[in-house]
Amino acid sequence: MAILETNELSITFGGHVAVNTVSIQIPEKKFTSIIGPNGAGKTTFFNLLSGQLSPTGGSIYFKGSEITGLSAMERTRMGIGRSFQITNVFPNLTVLENVRVAVQSEAKVRYQMAAHFLHYKKFLDKAYEILEKVFLTDKAEMLAANLAHGEKRKLEIAMLLALDTEILLLDEPTAGMSLEEVPAIIAVLKQIKEQKDRTIVLIEHKMDMIMDMSDEVLVLYHGELLAKGTPQEIVENEAVQSAYLGGDFHGQST
Amino acid sequence: MRLGNIDKTTWIYLGIALALFIVPFILTGRSAQFIMIQIFIFAIFAMSYDLLLGYTGIISFGHVMFFGIGAYSTAIFMDRLDASIGALVLAVAVAVILAAIVSFIVGMLTLRLKSHFYAMLTLGLAGLFLVVAEKWRPLTGGFDGFTFRVPDLLSTSESLYTLSLISLILIFFGLRRFTNSPFGKVLMTIRENEERTESLGYNVLHYKVIASVVSGVVASFAGVLYMLSLRFVDTSVFATDITIDVLLMTIIGGVGTLVGPILGAGLVELAHHWLSGLSDVHWIFERWIILYGTVYILVVIFFPLGIVGTIRKKMAKRTAVQARSIKK
Repeated sequence: MAILETNELSITFGGHVAVNTVSIQIPEKKFTSIIGPNGAGKTTFFNLLSGQLSPTGGSIYFKGSEITGLSAMERTRMGIGRSFQITNVFPNLTVLENVRVAVQSEAKVRYQMAAHFLHYKKFLDKAYEILEKVFLTDKAEMLAANLAHGEKRKLEIAMLLALDTEILLLDEPTAGMSLEEVPAIIAVLKQIKEQKDRTIVLIEHKMDMIMDMSDEVLVLYHGELLAKGTPQEIVENEAVQSAYLGGDFHGQST
Repeated sequence: MRLGNIDKTTWIYLGIALALFIVPFILTGRSAQFIMIQIFIFAIFAMSYDLLLGYTGIISFGHVMFFGIGAYSTAIFMDRLDASIGALVLAVAVAVILAAIVSFIVGMLTLRLKSHFYAMLTLGLAGLFLVVAEKWRPLTGGFDGFTFRVPDLLSTSESLYTLSLISLILIFFGLRRFTNSPFGKVLMTIRENEERTESLGYNVLHYKVIASVVSGVVASFAGVLYMLSLRFVDTSVFATDITIDVLLMTIIGGVGTLVGPILGAGLVELAHHWLSGLSDVHWIFERWIILYGTVYILVVIFFPLGIVGTIRKKMAKRTAVQARSIKK
């Protein structure tokens, strides 16, 4: 069953059609990857799904009900969480506080100031638990601004996990990371996948990672859905190969 | 709460607060005590401003309107009813409720938009309040204002000193708790990155409006105290100059800290007093505002984080260096 569905979703910026009538179904509790060359509209598509942008045409459905007009805040509360490609953590808060603010949001005690205090310990425990998952426990008291790039990416994922949403939209979680740091992120993603209780949608360029983990792969090209299928089908798809300039396909790692 | 749970800085602040209670016995002169009272009042006002500017990232150019609301409510109640404690309590209640309503409406109208709309609307509204205070002569005495009596209990400068100091202490610790709470942390995330906070599932508007209301209420209370110390009201309590002064107190002291605005209020008030007193020495001190401007420019260039912010950064760096050397 599809948990997230788009119907002829489009957005144009001025005259440029960034996403062009894309209709997809994201299956529940599966690992779906979105690939495509730079500028194919992957991140824009994510922004449409998470509510950062409003589409100029088409509609989005979450569990069968339309969410096209809802704000990013409302979609997060419904269960669509996302991480950002450009690290988007709160620089002048500590790592722990960054995660705790996300935990607090999920806990649905947003305005009751007294409840905040009552749950304080619980928030902290959960925040620490999540930091442990992404191997950031020893950096908990550091300001997020002082983290290395790879650590910021981990924090970004930690904040997404803290939201505890049904759908995790991950926008290039390994972008700009050094090679030694990537396995840690992959380990985290695998761990989530193996729990089999989340729907994961991943944008990535690292093909080995996608081939290894995805249940389904969607290919965007010039804002249009070029192909979809299992990793094996995608590798063999000729349209996809030519979009990636033939032989270069396997070597994509930027 | 067990005493062991209270951190060290709290004890330091409490110690300083207690020491301040002794000051009136040392500084017995009325004018010296008056300056201290002014510092306390503006410290409260500046903290309320910093809650917006430093913690939530909202710029207000008309924060003085809440101050003025507090001031005029007190003056009018003292004048029209009688100079009793009961009337004062009523005045405080009216001041607080009015400020809450106005800040709520302004917040709801503009805080969903980009921050400069809030700045502009508050500037405009403060101007509107100024005009109303000027034109509503029967009630406000217009441009000339009026004098009034305050409750006997608060007529000595010592009692007023104690009242403003207690208010400052309570509001300082109250706001400190507020900003350190999980709620306050969300305000800071809004300052850091509003869109991100929204995508974490927070209704940013509600948080900003609550911050605006708390800030307005505290500012209006500062206005009440200001009136008790002056016993005279005129339209200058709605003047934009005061907003600018408070903005500078906050920036000089340190944006995003609560101690900063208190220090800033102290420095600015003392500078006001000393520099204008020096006019007998040289004519340039009569134009002290020029010197003032120079100092502000220098502070903004060399200490953009303010006094407290700069010190904190230095200390954070030192601990980081220590931590690194231990690792080695």
